[in-house]
Amino acid sequence: MSSTTNTTTIGTIGAPSRRNTELAMLVFAVLIPVFAYINVGLAKEEAVPAGVLGYTLGLGLLAGVAHLVVRKWAPYADPLMLPIATLLNGLGLVFIWRLDQEPQISTPQLGGAMAPGQLMWSTLGVALFLGVLIFLKDHRVLQRYTYISMVVALVLLIAPIFFPARFGARIWITIPGVGSLQPGEFAKIIIAIFFAGYLMVKRDALALASRRFMGLYLPRGRDLGPILVIWALSLMILVFETDLGTSLLFFGLFVIMLYVATERTSWIVFGLLLSAGGAVAVATFESHVQVRVHNWLNPLELLNGGVTETAQAMYSFGSGGILGSGLGQGYSRLIGGIAPKSDYILATVGEEIGLAGLMAILLLYGLLIERGIRTALAARDPFGKLLSIGLSGAFALQVFVVAGGVTGLIPLTGMTMPFLAQGGSSVIANWALVAILLRISDTARRPAPTPAPSTDAEMTQVVRP
Amino acid sequence: MNKPLRRVAIFCGLLVLALLVRVNWVQFVQGDELKNDPHNRRVAIERYSTPRGNIIVDGKAVTGSTTTDSGDFKYKRTYKNGKMWAPVTGYASQAFDANQLEKLNDGILTGTDDRLFFSRTVDMFTGSKQKGGNVVTTLDAKAQKAAFDGLGNSKGAVAAINPETGAILALASTPSYDPSTFAGMSDKDAKAYNGLQKKNNPDEPMLNRALRQTYPPGSTFKVVTASAALENGLYNDVDADTRSPLPYTLPDTSGVELKNEGSIPCENASLRQALRYSCNTVFGKISADLGNKKMKAEAEKFGFDNAKIDTPVRAAESIYPTDNRPQNAMAGIGQASNRATPLQMAMVASAVANGGKLMKPYMVDQLVAPNLNVVQQHTPQEMSRPLSPENAQKVQSIMETVVKEGTGTNAQIPGVIVGGKTGTAQHGENNKDNPYAWFISYAKTDKGTPVAVAVVIEGSDTLRNDIAGGKLAAPIAKRVMEAVLEGEK
Repeated sequence: MSSTTNTTTIGTIGAPSRRNTELAMLVFAVLIPVFAYINVGLAKEEAVPAGVLGYTLGLGLLAGVAHLVVRKWAPYADPLMLPIATLLNGLGLVFIWRLDQEPQISTPQLGGAMAPGQLMWSTLGVALFLGVLIFLKDHRVLQRYTYISMVVALVLLIAPIFFPARFGARIWITIPGVGSLQPGEFAKIIIAIFFAGYLMVKRDALALASRRFMGLYLPRGRDLGPILVIWALSLMILVFETDLGTSLLFFGLFVIMLYVATERTSWIVFGLLLSAGGAVAVATFESHVQVRVHNWLNPLELLNGGVTETAQAMYSFGSGGILGSGLGQGYSRLIGGIAPKSDYILATVGEEIGLAGLMAILLLYGLLIERGIRTALAARDPFGKLLSIGLSGAFALQVFVVAGGVTGLIPLTGMTMPFLAQGGSSVIANWALVAILLRISDTARRPAPTPAPSTDAEMTQVVRP
Repeated sequence: MNKPLRRVAIFCGLLVLALLVRVNWVQFVQGDELKNDPHNRRVAIERYSTPRGNIIVDGKAVTGSTTTDSGDFKYKRTYKNGKMWAPVTGYASQAFDANQLEKLNDGILTGTDDRLFFSRTVDMFTGSKQKGGNVVTTLDAKAQKAAFDGLGNSKGAVAAINPETGAILALASTPSYDPSTFAGMSDKDAKAYNGLQKKNNPDEPMLNRALRQTYPPGSTFKVVTASAALENGLYNDVDADTRSPLPYTLPDTSGVELKNEGSIPCENASLRQALRYSCNTVFGKISADLGNKKMKAEAEKFGFDNAKIDTPVRAAESIYPTDNRPQNAMAGIGQASNRATPLQMAMVASAVANGGKLMKPYMVDQLVAPNLNVVQQHTPQEMSRPLSPENAQKVQSIMETVVKEGTGTNAQIPGVIVGGKTGTAQHGENNKDNPYAWFISYAKTDKGTPVAVAVVIEGSDTLRNDIAGGKLAAPIAKRVMEAVLEGEK
């Protein structure tokens, strides 16, 4: 065990498990949302909300059980991801509950109060998180399901076409009596598994069997096939499901993973060219996309004399200023409908806890993403590396696309802020995503088993007859 | 694989950084702009989230606030005797913004003004709701009532000033409107508001005639012309012969004669007699003799041609025209393109009454914080000196003759010295429209001169000659002066 053979960034010997660090931070991750919850109650009703004890116990229980399961089944896992996810989910619940207090946007037609439902979905999400940690002993098992994953992902991505559009985008599957779910959220994990498995096998062919042309490595035609298929698929999502966000997410995810697998910059160039070309082509004939781009360029424009959702979100951010109006004291309900709880939840964050709070939230996301990438760096097997960079990359792109869209950095797309926004599929899928990352990081950071005593190293024994 | 992984890590970091930069831009750089954007409903919600402060007259509030259940807004403005006070208060409506004092002092009334920072900070720590401050006006409730009742159903306006301070005592305009009727945001409010707009109501009830409407001043302008004659040394003795011919031919014209109303003794009349009978020939000649420049200079000292007379509600600009000699001669009797607001003519009377010193007119005496601390106190300011004290005495003496034995006898108050001037301004092509009846006056007691007033009545079709001012406007001026004098006792 000389240090020269240690290629991972994490030391293999004597690495502390960091479980106590995780526990300490989980305490904060539970307490901060609890204080936020009390804060909302005091601002709205001038009384500590009645449900505070139940909420504290519920969130504490979820975090506690999750922590114990991680301690038992993934003792060397990354200590930051679980507290960050818990904090974001807890704050998300507080914000949704806070918006439930606004009667105008919590009418029965709009689905009424959504915090109880979200709490249930969060519980299911944590349950799935626990299930993944307990039953997925080694992430490499997923490698076996590469092609099944591809089929499942395709089905999930294509299915919403057959269901009616809601809020201008076809990204839901509606099951009568159960509700609706956004398959895109699950597809992002499954497709990352497929890419990781596929690229691990094909990466040498993609990287080496290429011609050099003008300083770029041009891939062979048959290797170019898959990337074109993904490109076409993401364009189809854009056209048929009118979902800019999902198509950007999948295409970006594929380009990132391809680049990591092949270490060829040329793939990024291809990726950018294809996505730019596709986006421009679709934008020229797809009115839905044109509207989004128009709103992005003219955020404060009046529509038929009324203020648009986009403008209302901008007013929310602006009115929040540096320190915000205080929890429960903003007017993000002016955005109207259920959007403040889902797509525009960041507007409430920005208005009520201000620039300071919003930056803290964004930094939490940044931290979670970078912990995921660190897991990829630390992972010892190519599949683990690819899978963790895929999942972190998808998460990063989603955060960027949603937050960038809501704040007017890029055109708005219909996706939800992971953990924070209202939406069952999103919260469940993201808990599973974190669970897989934790599983990979546990494998990566686990100390190598003590080498078996080598007979060669032993003092030579002379056996005398 | 680690090199591309590190690059992806940097890329993801840049994505987050871009988001951080963007939220800083939106919330910090653009923050205030977005926060105060007129389409941002929070501005209105904030304004109506607490009871608005009040506008005070004579120690009593003429406004109020009541809770509503109309959507986002918690409180609604109410007005006591809204029609009478509308020219003073203006309106504050949930749906239609605000104007006049309500708008100009919005910060104080809502409690968001910087000068109320301390009060707000205390409220924050004691946990009480933000409160609005009060606007204390200089108005005199009795004088305002006399003016408003005096105008009655006719169309017109009254402005009364305290000549010694410039404090506005009455500011009435008819027909008026009740701002309570559209203070909310319901359909009923919208209907009431639309019904008051010019296009739906030719009487323009929302026009503040006392401040925002200009009229040809007619013969009341002769006071300014007499002042100009004395100030420029054209005449020194108001009882001396003015060497004025009758008939008088306008300069630079081929025999266009300036007419008097009826056969009045205007040939070689003294200034006193000329003002008493309202001789067009005498004052036309004075204006012509002085020339446009000197006339304009004197008018400007009285406040004409000043677009920034802020009471704080800005008065419309009164005009003395720059014109050729015949038109200038006509302007000397107030019948060319000169225009004056009722407030302007009250200022003319007040400058004469105050020994030639024109005080800046104002109607907000104090701004008071919710804790009753005075955040702003008006101190009377001198605006200009259109007359020397000696000349002011002379103009007073001839104006007093007008009331004693001239066209303004209807304004006489027993035991009080009243000076005044009537006016009947012709308007419309060839004088076909009904004339405006004017009266400006002041009242003097042994304690001082507490009031100067200007009254204008539009479209009085009963009388078309020069006595209309004395007949219609003078009695209203008298009632207003009496009301003020009564308060003085």
